Amino acid sequence: MSWLVALPVGLIGFVGLLAASRAVDTGIYAHGFVFFIAAVLAGFFAIRKNEEITREWQASKTSQEPVYNDAIIKVGVIASTFWGVVGFVVGLVIALQLAYPALNFDLPWTNFGRLRPLHTSAVIFAFGGTVLLTTSFHVVQRTCRARLAGLWAPWFVFWGYQLFIVLAATGYIFGITQSKEYAEPEWYVDLWLTIVWVVYLLVFLGTLMRRKEPHIYVANWFYLAFIVTIAMLHIVNNLAMPVSIFGAKSYQLFSGVQDALTQWWYGHNAVGFFLTAGFLGIMYYYVPKQAERPVYSYRLSIVHFWALIFLYIWAGPHHLHYTALPDWAQTLGMTFSIMLWMPSWGGMINGLMTLSGAWDKLRTDPILRMMVLSVAFYGMSTFEGPLMSIKAVNSLSHYTDWTIGHVHSGALGWVGFVSFGALYFLAPVVWKRQRLYSLRLVSLHFWISTLGIVLYVAAMWVSGILQGLMWRAYDSLGFLEYSFAETVEAMHPFYLIRALGGGLFVLGSLIMAYNIWRTARGDIRQEAPYGVPSVAGA
Amino acid sequence: MTYETVSSFAQSWGLVYLVILFAGALVYALWPGAQKKFDDAAHIPFKEDR
Amino acid sequence: MIRHATIERNSILMLVLVLIVVAIGGLVEIVPLFYLKSTIEKVQGMRPYTPLELAGRNIYIREGCYVCHSQMVRSLRDEVERYGHFSLAAESMYDHPFQWGSKRTGPDLARVGGKYSDEWHRAHMEDPRSIVPESVMPGYPFLAQTALKTRGIGDHLSANKAIGVPYSDEMIESALADATAQANPDADGVDALVERYPGAKVRDFDGNPAMVSELDAVIAYLQVLGTMVDFDAFKVEENLR
Repeated sequence: MSWLVALPVGLIGFVGLLAASRAVDTGIYAHGFVFFIAAVLAGFFAIRKNEEITREWQASKTSQEPVYNDAIIKVGVIASTFWGVVGFVVGLVIALQLAYPALNFDLPWTNFGRLRPLHTSAVIFAFGGTVLLTTSFHVVQRTCRARLAGLWAPWFVFWGYQLFIVLAATGYIFGITQSKEYAEPEWYVDLWLTIVWVVYLLVFLGTLMRRKEPHIYVANWFYLAFIVTIAMLHIVNNLAMPVSIFGAKSYQLFSGVQDALTQWWYGHNAVGFFLTAGFLGIMYYYVPKQAERPVYSYRLSIVHFWALIFLYIWAGPHHLHYTALPDWAQTLGMTFSIMLWMPSWGGMINGLMTLSGAWDKLRTDPILRMMVLSVAFYGMSTFEGPLMSIKAVNSLSHYTDWTIGHVHSGALGWVGFVSFGALYFLAPVVWKRQRLYSLRLVSLHFWISTLGIVLYVAAMWVSGILQGLMWRAYDSLGFLEYSFAETVEAMHPFYLIRALGGGLFVLGSLIMAYNIWRTARGDIRQEAPYGVPSVAGA
Repeated sequence: MTYETVSSFAQSWGLVYLVILFAGALVYALWPGAQKKFDDAAHIPFKEDR
Repeated sequence: MIRHATIERNSILMLVLVLIVVAIGGLVEIVPLFYLKSTIEKVQGMRPYTPLELAGRNIYIREGCYVCHSQMVRSLRDEVERYGHFSLAAESMYDHPFQWGSKRTGPDLARVGGKYSDEWHRAHMEDPRSIVPESVMPGYPFLAQTALKTRGIGDHLSANKAIGVPYSDEMIESALADATAQANPDADGVDALVERYPGAKVRDFDGNPAMVSELDAVIAYLQVLGTMVDFDAFKVEENLR
């Protein structure tokens, strides 16, 4: 182990202790120690793994065939599964809090306002982000036929990102937030993520540069656009003035209307580049792999790529219709949002048609079924999104549960299922098993989760439209018909159905965790195999 | 800078710029001679069998 | 013209092109908001938050109130009738960050100031369902029991000043005194406070004279929301954007 490891690790530990000793609030005090503990753990990790990692590194230099860094993929599969379960469980908790407010327990650390960012960050950044890190490291190695660049850098990226998650999550519970949705972590956590992200970009680029293929496979374009754009969005949206460099609190550089547009420019493109471009990278590699046929049209994938990154970035203002944002910006946002429908469906068609001529595999391969349904959900959400960005529709849907339903058809259906598909694909690969422990359990996961999503989304559609209509209902004398409290009361049954749907989704994720755990142990379940050809044929 | 100057710029040069950029991407993707190259590229995931 | 083949073989070039493409949208949409004078209306009455209101706002942020409450009345008939005059950009010009929100699990709060009494807020924060039986809001009984941390409150004003909020040096120096005076109508500094922050409400918001609590701050903040702008002097037609 060289000074290249010792120096940064020591520096992180030192900064942590320094911050803790000079802290002006308990948040920095606690997080200073978190940094210090992380540095100690990193030191232990480096010493323990030094020999193994260096040996593999040396071997990769002399070998003709690429020696892949699969150890990091293995940890990534475990962490992704873990964060998925955590994020879904917190989601179930806050869904139940809305149905039964007594579950807030009237304590600061358990109220909805603090747990909701915990849920969104746990699913988007902890689960989704770890899946993206893991799969991008896998895909870029395989499609470049080159080992991941850097000896320790990929490990720094992975564990540094996990530290970011821990800092963000504990911060929310203790009330450290800058209140910008999906960008809640405070300035010092943002700075840490920026460092990690720059190294991530360098590792990814470094691997691309040492590739043995002349062409950069399209999945990597999407990953690259995701990494670069998220860096830009993250930095601009988190510009802030700390009150003290030894305190957690900061004030955003921008205010009011400018801050609002910056936030939703960020917020919408977090959807566009984190939850869409990144996961399209997954689609463009794992769907062809699982279907064992190349992507339907490589040309379409190129058009899809440029059109998507071209249009998405403009769509943010549709979050601010009829607000104090100037009209011209609202109209611009709406126009681009509607245009976005086309490349999105181009991508969906490309994903689905990859199966053309092999549709029978859907009967025999539940993993592929999961991936295909995720692409179908991608299509549905990207139709619903443009629809909701139309000002007239938005006047009804905005501020209601319809938005929540829309987000979850994308998050549970598209992001969730394509991630599950990739994790199921990866588990036997990284543990070098013949196949998954059980395909029947994958199928069970598929059906339980699908039912959960349908319940969830349908409940939110109904409650959202119902509440939107109640808010604007007039009685025969021309007065508003319902008080706000009456519209809240009307939501109760749908909150119960939503919680039930969410509960099923949690159950599905637990089945997946069990399946992956048994696969890692090397077990194979005795079960009736899929794919025994039927007499009738396909 | 007034709203009028910004909007007239965006509605003329901005539009032209975006259309050209996008047309460029389309022309490239649909260039007739490129079929073989794309076929090769599409098979990259299968060159490395796990 | 650069051939696309060059792009897809050169990762740095692709990175740069992607960055250019994605930077344009943001530049065209966001930058004009800072320069076009029409972005923010001309109004009378906007002032920076008092130290107590600012502290209350920070608790509002800390507890994640923005997750369920918007502060943005849209220009739609039912909203204007339910909540009051539609929100102006000028009304959040000192909000770092903005609190417009994106979801109304509870009602909009942009004009909640003066709508209910302090007693109402106290009981509602203690146990929301004692006031509104249908409510799903969590209770915040701990706010009344927690003393407001006023240490370094002047630094908060300084940080705001550094990013453009017009706090004067005098305001920053007297921040601590102002914070306590606003929750105590008998304090010496009340007149000076109201002079510095015209229209500031000075009351024992939480009904507990023994302590300046977090509840004092939160109620002080809620009671000022939407009350600053003088709408008698505001002409909609002159501010169409």
